[in-house]
Order: sequence, then C-alpha cells, then structure tokens
Amino acid sequence: MSLITIAGGERLSRSASIAPPPFRLIGRHLRPLAVPIALLAIWELLAHAGVADPRFLPSLEAVVARGVAEFSRSGLGVNLLASLKRDLIGFVCGSVAGIGLGLAIGFSRLIERLLGPVLLVHRQIALFAWVPLISMWFGGGEAGKVVFIALAAFQPTLINTWQGVSGIPRSYRELADVLTFGWFDFARIIAIPGALPQIFTGLHSALIYAWTATVGAELLLNIAPGIGGRMNEGQQLFHMDLLLLCVLLLGGVGVIFNVIAGAVEHRFLRWRIR
Amino acid sequence: MGAGQATALSGHGDSTAGAAPTHRRIFPAAGALALGLVVPLGLLTAWTVAALLGQLPEQILPPPWIVFDTLLEGIQDGSLLSSTVTSLKRVAEGFAAGALVGLVFGTAVGLSKTLREFVDPLFLALSQVPTLGWMPIVILIVGIDEGLKIIVIGWSAFIPVVLNTSQGVRDVPEAYVELGRVLSFSRWSKLTMIVLPSAIPSIFTGLREGLANGWQTLVAVELIASFEGLGYLMAYGRQLFQLELVLSAMIVVGLIGLAFHGLLTLTENHLQRWRPETPR
Repeated sequence: MSLITIAGGERLSRSASIAPPPFRLIGRHLRPLAVPIALLAIWELLAHAGVADPRFLPSLEAVVARGVAEFSRSGLGVNLLASLKRDLIGFVCGSVAGIGLGLAIGFSRLIERLLGPVLLVHRQIALFAWVPLISMWFGGGEAGKVVFIALAAFQPTLINTWQGVSGIPRSYRELADVLTFGWFDFARIIAIPGALPQIFTGLHSALIYAWTATVGAELLLNIAPGIGGRMNEGQQLFHMDLLLLCVLLLGGVGVIFNVIAGAVEHRFLRWRIR
Repeated sequence: MGAGQATALSGHGDSTAGAAPTHRRIFPAAGALALGLVVPLGLLTAWTVAALLGQLPEQILPPPWIVFDTLLEGIQDGSLLSSTVTSLKRVAEGFAAGALVGLVFGTAVGLSKTLREFVDPLFLALSQVPTLGWMPIVILIVGIDEGLKIIVIGWSAFIPVVLNTSQGVRDVPEAYVELGRVLSFSRWSKLTMIVLPSAIPSIFTGLREGLANGWQTLVAVELIASFEGLGYLMAYGRQLFQLELVLSAMIVVGLIGLAFHGLLTLTENHLQRWRPETPR
C-alpha cells in the first residue's frame, strides 16, 4: 500500500528535527525580520571588510545613495513610469481579449470545440518563443513590446474565464432554460457572476505574467526607456548598485500588484463569502 | 484497511474529482477531434493559398513548404537535433536542481511552523521579482556559460515547487496525521507514508508549473545569452531575417512543451492510482 518503502527511516528520524531550540528564543513577531536582517548585516560586513569585490557587492549605502540620486534627478522614476505604462496597456488589451474569447468559448459548445484544442496547444508554446516572431511582425519598438505583453496577459485570462464559465453547475443552466433567459440575461445574471472568481484568478495571474513579459520585452527587444533598459545599461557598465535597485523596484511593483489584486478580489467577491 | 482508507480519503478526493468534468469536456473523444482540427487546417490552407498566390511577403510569413523543408533539413543535417538536445539538457539540469532543492525546502517549510515564520517573508519577497530580472545580475557574477542557464532555470522551477509543496504538506488532513499517531509511526514513516503521498497532487501542480516555467526561462535565456540551443536558433534566424528558421524552432519548442505536459500528467495519474476516487 505504501508508495515508498520505509527503509532507512530510523537513521534519519533522529536528525529530522527541523527547528533547533535556540531559534525558538527569537520572539514570534520578530521572526519574519530575522533572516533578512541577518542577510543584510552579512552583506554589509562583507562589503566593508574588503573580502568581496565592491563591483560585485556594493555596500548598502552605495545602493541607497544610487537610489536617492536616481530618483532626485528623475532618472529611474521616469523609466519606472515608462515600464508601468507599457505594462498596463498590454495588460488591458490582453485581458480584454482573453475574457472576451473565454466567455465566447464558455458559452458556445461549437466555438469551444473549434478553438479549444488550438488554444490549449498554443498555451504550451513557451511565451518567449514568440519574441522573434513578434519582433519581425510588429518591430522591436513600442508596438512589438505591447503585443508581447498583451499575449502574456491573454493566456491566463482566457483559460480561467473559460474554465469559470464551463464550471457553472448544470442546474444553473437548466434554471436559465426554465426561465427562458436570452443569451444576454444568461451572461449577465448567471455566467459572469458565476465565473467571476475564476476570472479574477485569471486577471491576477495576468497581472503578474504581464509584468514578467514587460521586463522580458525590455531586455529582449529594442532598448527603450524602462526598467529593463536600465538593467541593460547596468549590466554593460557593470553598475551592480543600479541593477540591485532595479531588482528592488521590480519586486516592489510585483508586491503592489499582488496587494491590489488581492484587495479587488476581496471587494468584488464578498457576496460569495456571505 | 483498504476500505477504511477509502472513507478517510473521501473528504480529500473531492478536489480532484471536481476537476474531472471540465477536463473531459476540454479533451473530448474522436468526434470532437475532427472539429478541433478545422481551425488549424483552415489556417494552414489559408496560409498555403496566400503563399501560392504570392500575397505573403517572405519576411512576414514564408510559405509553409519552406518551413517544412527547413524543419526536415535541420533534422537531417543534425543542426536542429543538436540544438534541441542542448536545450533539453539545460532544462533537465536546471529543473532537476531547482525541483530537488524545492521539494526538500518546501517539505521542511511545510512541516515546521517556526522555519516558515523565519523564511516565508523573504522567500515571498524574492519570488516577486520576475526571474528575468535577476538575469543581468547573474550574468555579471557567473558569466553567460552553462552556470547561468542552470541557475536561472533552476530558480524559476524552484519557486512554484516550494510554494505548492509546502502548501500540500500543510494541508494534510488531520485524520491522516491522527492515524499515523495511532499506529505510532516514526517521523520518517509519517513523512513517506502519510504526508508526502497526501501532498502529491499539490507537489505535482508545483512540478508541472516548475517545468513549464523552466522551459519558458530556457527560451528567454537562450535568446539573451547563448551560442547554441533552440532559443539561439530563433535569435539567429531573426537576425538573418530567416523566418522559416524561427518558425521551425518554434514548432519544436511547442512540441516539447506539449510532451512535457503530457509526461507529467501521465506520471501524476500513475502516482495517484492508489487514490480510489481518482478517475483513470
């Protein structure tokens, strides 16, 4: 019945205690901060002890100084806005198309059978494999980047909307038939509210995918204002402090997107919990 | 014992059973297959006709037969095959490293609340940065050799594996854990006979996402910094304006993505065959 034999279990069982007692002494609310602070302290120590090459490991104050300089002379700030703008345009285009097509496929059995297999195969093609093709069709400039970002947002919204609509209980569909709902009423009263949680899941991942694609497009396609462009610069000029700052911004934007998406989901799906 | 397990499991089996109808609807049998072929064949016909009529500039879309020839040629002279092997090897190494470390780390984090409190916030913060964003830094530190590819692919596979494994380990039903206590299992048998088997659906979700992420990252990293592999082939084709090369590499990339997906689904079903409710 067991999948894995228990041979050798005794040998490991004693050393398997994962949290050694000394760590338990650190207060519960301080624990989330302990590891990052320790890492930063080690980093600072290494940077100042002269062990690490400052080109590879700039001190923390160098990164902060770079940040202050960048944002006071509107350097990185402008780039961040350029990236965000690109990201949001692509996100909106891609997710509108994704939700629209997802609803169409969810509503119509025929469309589902016609397009479903193609879209499932399309989903398996690595997103970045489209970059060379897109750059030849739309150019490596702004249009190509936005198309690529839109493609990244399109896939998760499409799949989730589709699954959301096809996951609506049969009894709801029958109820709609009994009440002789038209297509529009069915969509408005049953399909869209029923699929909403899945649609939001799709939008949430689309937001994250689009941000990844924004960075990818900026690194892979023509250099333009944006975080990715600055990262190219940082890599070529060996400015590790700039690169670290960019990574920090990328992560920060990711966190903010997650928080916003979580809040929106919570706000719109409250009726489900009640 | 078997029957007792079946009843104990029924609460958990629902989540997998609920997914089945959509799955069946998405992959219908032969009759629907024909309908599914209508659109691809229609597109292919339109493409062929447009090319025959000379309506398609080759810089936008070369005729399908040229793409097909390029594909055959690449297979015959070995260039496409060797690129594919290089790419597959990179993904295998990166994914194996990332998934293995991710499984161990994810299990540890799932089992220990203390450890989770220490490392969770840092891990979540780091995972918010798109994988590609780390690439310039990693390039400066390790260069653009194989090390770069393994690190970046490994990292992109690591994140979903950790997230899903720790979630799966944390969600082990209380009843199973109690059963282990009643049978006075050792820590190790509890892990291998209760926790891990029960977490398998989650772990596989993680592995599947990890492999898909790894494949994505491979293509990106080969486009940015590489001198061989499928991504390089595409970048090269783009520079020479040889779209047929780009397209044939894309076809291979897509086929491998599909193969990965199918392989993991098969393995997952195989590993879950003990679960009575799982449809086969």
